[in-house]
Amino acid sequence: MSIADVLVIDDEEQIRKLLEITLQSNNYRVKEAITGKEGLSLASVSSPDIILLDLGLPDQSGYEVLQKLRIWYTKPIIILSVKSDEESIVKALDHGANDYMVKPFRTGELLARIRSALRNTETDIVLITSGNLKIDLSLRVVLKKEEVVKLTATEYQLLTLLAKNEGRVLTHQYLLREVWGAGYITQSQYLRVFIAQLRKKIEDDPNRPQIITTESGVGYRFVSKE
Amino acid sequence: MNLAISHIAPRPRYDVKQFVFSIGLIATVSLGCYSIAPVVGYRSIALILLLAVSFIAMVCDTKPVLVSAALSALIWDFFFIPPKFTLHVDNAEDVLMLAMYLAIALLNAIFTLKIRKMEKSITGKRGRQRAIGLYNTLLSSLSHELRTPLSTIIAAADNLKSTNAKLSEQNKEELLEEISKASLRLNEQVENLLNMSRLESGIIQVKKDWCDMNDLVHVVVNRLKENAPTRIVNVVVKEDTPLVKVDIDLIEQILHNLILNAFQYIPKYCVVTVRVSFKVDKMILVVEDNGDGFPEDERDKVFEKFYRLKNSITGGTGLGLSIVKGFVEAHNGTIKLENVIGGGTRFTMEIPTEITNLIPLE
Repeated sequence: MSIADVLVIDDEEQIRKLLEITLQSNNYRVKEAITGKEGLSLASVSSPDIILLDLGLPDQSGYEVLQKLRIWYTKPIIILSVKSDEESIVKALDHGANDYMVKPFRTGELLARIRSALRNTETDIVLITSGNLKIDLSLRVVLKKEEVVKLTATEYQLLTLLAKNEGRVLTHQYLLREVWGAGYITQSQYLRVFIAQLRKKIEDDPNRPQIITTESGVGYRFVSKE
Repeated sequence: MNLAISHIAPRPRYDVKQFVFSIGLIATVSLGCYSIAPVVGYRSIALILLLAVSFIAMVCDTKPVLVSAALSALIWDFFFIPPKFTLHVDNAEDVLMLAMYLAIALLNAIFTLKIRKMEKSITGKRGRQRAIGLYNTLLSSLSHELRTPLSTIIAAADNLKSTNAKLSEQNKEELLEEISKASLRLNEQVENLLNMSRLESGIIQVKKDWCDMNDLVHVVVNRLKENAPTRIVNVVVKEDTPLVKVDIDLIEQILHNLILNAFQYIPKYCVVTVRVSFKVDKMILVVEDNGDGFPEDERDKVFEKFYRLKNSITGGTGLGLSIVKGFVEAHNGTIKLENVIGGGTRFTMEIPTEITNLIPLE
């Protein structure tokens, strides 16, 4: 992959410094902004490949910045915030963030999230793999250790929705609306049951899921492990 | 954090009840006296009425006592002192008696006022002392529990930065490992303090949603094992457990704190077991270990804020278990701690919840 440009919008100098070192040593080009206003203008001038956005900015709320960015900016945005409650996380994801990391975070984890967010934007993918699981979207076939996994229509829809957004947390509400319809967004029990069923069919150990992981209280994430 | 934990229970105000009681008592006693007055003489009646007023002074506030003092004096004068049924008093001796009666009854009221004031200031002082005590415990606990990891981080970073020190690669790695461990510990303490302040401020809102306990328990266990890979945790959750409607965030924190607590107190080779089972409308959550168990005499205190076992060597603010209790109670649940026969500790929680069965769906 060519070198990607990262825009960091965070008012904490220490965090910016840390991110700069971490990202540069991993071959990313880094630009930094301290306020929401500065971030918005830098984003429009330099059009970065990915934005890391703090929610607690001095001049305006991160949610506002997120909304303003999403009017035109279609590439990934990852939120970095000290707010760890589910409500803030779900709100950010619903406002168009691709991912959310609670400070303090592990840099290894952050780099992994950045990689998968960037990978997502590359091309229209037909074949998605995660460990020994293969999903062929054109043939509508799911293979586990080269053997066909029998999935119901809903299970297939749920799995492919998660897989197409590989690396990204999809909120409970989003999944319920997309798979079951707008009338079902409060019926979270369906989702719980289907995820459990799906895991039994595709995971090596459903109790230590490696493909569909739980972000408790928020949603689920499809993890593509090579 | 809100430390005004003790609050002084307001005394019942001079409410109507106290007046009704006082007047009722005086009236009843007077009626009784009226029937025995011919036998014992009207002067002894004064003493009986005074006894009633003193009794009122013991249980009521000043104003009802004043009212009953005045009322009983009037009654004695009107119904008992000859000539009866007039306020007129013939005898100089009786005038003196009446004046004395009124004075003693009023003194009763004044003493009551003084005693009440003293009571108030004592409870106030006690409350303040309790708050100051808690505050001091918090400060000493905080300064120790936050400063220890902070000192480690600062010292280790200094060491790594220093050009004089000749550190081997192994030394450097050890220092980095210490920084990493200390930061995690610091993070844990901050998390506990935040949760405690949530509980103290009373803004905990239980947001219930359907929860797959099998998934949740494994999420917590797998995450804790990332930082403690050698620990053994045994999860006993039946497959196809029903879904329960609980606050996922709070239950996650409960499990996290209890398992981490076990990690801190039991030897490394011991096993932590998490069990989830169900009664009709209850989820039974058990976290137990086969360590040494809690000292019997300290068992009741472990849920208290800032309490730490006398011989505890590991870090902790003493908040973890009181947070657990608070979050269980936020679900209207109960928690009990017992020692397991043969060694070990068992926390059993009963949490009332809606339960739905997992039905395989198309």
